Amino acid sequence: MATEELDKAVSGEYALGFEIDIETETVPPGLDESTIAFISKKKEEPEWMLELRLKALKKWETMTEPHWAHLTYEPIDYQSISYFSAPKEQLDSLDEVDPKILEAYEKLGISLDEQKQLAGVKVAVDAVVDSVSVKTTYSEELEKHGVIFCSISEAIRDYPELVKKYMFSVVPMADNYFAALNSAVFTDGTFVYIPKGVRCPMELSTYFRINAINTGQFERTLIIADEGSHVSYNEGCSAPTRDDHQLHAAVVELIILKDAEIKYSTIQNWYPGDETGKGGIYNFVTKRAICEGENAKVSWTQVETGSAITWKYPSCILKGDNSVGEFYSVAVTTLAQQADTGTKMIHIGKNTKSTIISKGISAMKGQNTYRGLVKIANSAVGARNYSECDSLLIGSECGAHTFPYLESKDTQGQVEHEATTSKISDEQLFYLRQRGITEEDAVSMIVHGFCKQVFSQLPMEYAVEAKALLELTLEGSVG
Amino acid sequence: MSTTMKIENLQAKIGDKQILKGLNLELEPGKVHAIMGPNGAGKSTLSKAIVGHYDIEILGGDITYKGKSILEMEAEERALEGVFLSFQHPVEIPGVNNAYFLRTALNAKLKHEGKDELNAAEFLREMKKHLEMLGMKSDMISRSLNEGFSGGEKKRNEILQMLILEPEVIILDEIDSGLDIDALRAVSEGINKMKDGKRTFLVITHYSRILDYIEPDYIHVLKDGKVIKTAGPELVPYLEEHGYDGIEED
Repeated sequence: MATEELDKAVSGEYALGFEIDIETETVPPGLDESTIAFISKKKEEPEWMLELRLKALKKWETMTEPHWAHLTYEPIDYQSISYFSAPKEQLDSLDEVDPKILEAYEKLGISLDEQKQLAGVKVAVDAVVDSVSVKTTYSEELEKHGVIFCSISEAIRDYPELVKKYMFSVVPMADNYFAALNSAVFTDGTFVYIPKGVRCPMELSTYFRINAINTGQFERTLIIADEGSHVSYNEGCSAPTRDDHQLHAAVVELIILKDAEIKYSTIQNWYPGDETGKGGIYNFVTKRAICEGENAKVSWTQVETGSAITWKYPSCILKGDNSVGEFYSVAVTTLAQQADTGTKMIHIGKNTKSTIISKGISAMKGQNTYRGLVKIANSAVGARNYSECDSLLIGSECGAHTFPYLESKDTQGQVEHEATTSKISDEQLFYLRQRGITEEDAVSMIVHGFCKQVFSQLPMEYAVEAKALLELTLEGSVG
Repeated sequence: MSTTMKIENLQAKIGDKQILKGLNLELEPGKVHAIMGPNGAGKSTLSKAIVGHYDIEILGGDITYKGKSILEMEAEERALEGVFLSFQHPVEIPGVNNAYFLRTALNAKLKHEGKDELNAAEFLREMKKHLEMLGMKSDMISRSLNEGFSGGEKKRNEILQMLILEPEVIILDEIDSGLDIDALRAVSEGINKMKDGKRTFLVITHYSRILDYIEPDYIHVLKDGKVIKTAGPELVPYLEEHGYDGIEED
């Protein structure tokens, strides 16, 4: 099949590139102690938080940006970014949220109106626009179950003990360059606490929207699943189509205590830029979970279709005996996108088990890298890991790279790694076309087949969304 | 004599090599045409040319189907118009559920014909009926298309597709290769079930074995890119005994 036809088939339009026409309050670009003081004051934070932020800033200033990833991008000028932007008239009740924001969220397929959601498919949403959480739904209903679901800014004010205990406990303040930056300037994000023995009665989700020009988004999410609890959390994101790159540097920390479970799903659809590499989000994210107690379980599922640059390794520290970590990923790079993503599985407890299923799809000039570490400590007797990394290439200009690392101190540990790279073959396409299926549907069928193991991990409604998004990204037939 | 498909003076190449060198063939409705011939005669090239395979470059001549030239039609259009190829080596497509694939193909056809599409439940009923007839296990519904199928399972799955899509011109490319006797019987039964006096079959084969099960109306001998002889089924035992070298051109 001719390359141009394939390119046309895989350069899907970005459908969420609209701008919300709202007035914002944005600080001038630049980063120093006064910026931090401004953010902290805006958030009405206690003194201890400001001190921690300033400490993080000092550490960040001594660090240098890492360049070990398989990524090429223009240098980031951290002084030209604005670190705080908020929609004006930010108010508490739903009736008072700017109707334009509500409308924009409707357009994104997310209802912030509790009344409008059907019974049985309730999803609680924390809506974050630029640097602030504009609305959190179902907080009151969740409170009846003892579940805390609020913005991180509220949590710092209202639940300081939990925040002090757990923030920076999984991703230390100076863990890496981007995490240190986030620790200094983080603006909003979600806080979740599930008490002992509680199964969260609904799906929780956060939807991040970058809207303002020249602004970075630095959210911070902290989720604690107390003993025997269970929660399924989902995040989504999007941004307007702009010619300049915008920085997104988030930190997510998950704490899972004995017998508890967190399922964390991400559908990442930041603006990817154009086919020449102009515009698009630089997505530098640190996500880490710790299974503190016995039989704790964490599962990361990610569908990454957006961003110009993705640098992201959701990881699991399996400290509790018999704890389980899972990583299921689909990363798509088309246009001029580059992704360097994967996971780290750190086995410390006995009989800990991890599974890695990574699917990379590259089209046009997209570059896709899987980077994963499996580390088995001395103490991790009976640890087991299974890794599978598959790459699918569409066309001839794209690339796929796999960097699996293994450090095993336990000689009894079982580690299995499988990797494949395949091209959508002309034979496969022709077979489907000979049965009357159009070329475009045939490509989509093969790609969906390739991603099946990962999509099956997503909650039903998100799996449907992910499939649709993949179609949009790769086919250009819709939207 | 009415004609379903007419191939006139067809010349085609694969890569730099011309394989078909002025091939003429007429397919009659309701008849079974067997194409026999030595290796390299152009049997598979002929089937690929009819379905619009990307390997083939047409140098001259024409293929008309229902009175219209199909050479400019995309592969999927030819399929939707009722031209079906049972592949010699069906390709594996991981993660694509067999039933989902088949329903998509059937619904594309139904839509093309302006008919109502089948929902999943209606389709499954239809599919199960055929599975039983072909002696296929019910896990064929949920397995990935051709992935890890044995040779026999792949060929049965091709016939299953034929039964579901109900095409008008059915090309069977070496359908009997690699089949044990039970599979050969099941596959033949499927094919014979499709014989309704209207559908046309083009059976491409090296061996006469399959012709014991699907009785041909015509035998065409293909050699060096041309049909050199057309005769009735009585030619089969002759070929068995004397091979292709002794064939006199028509």
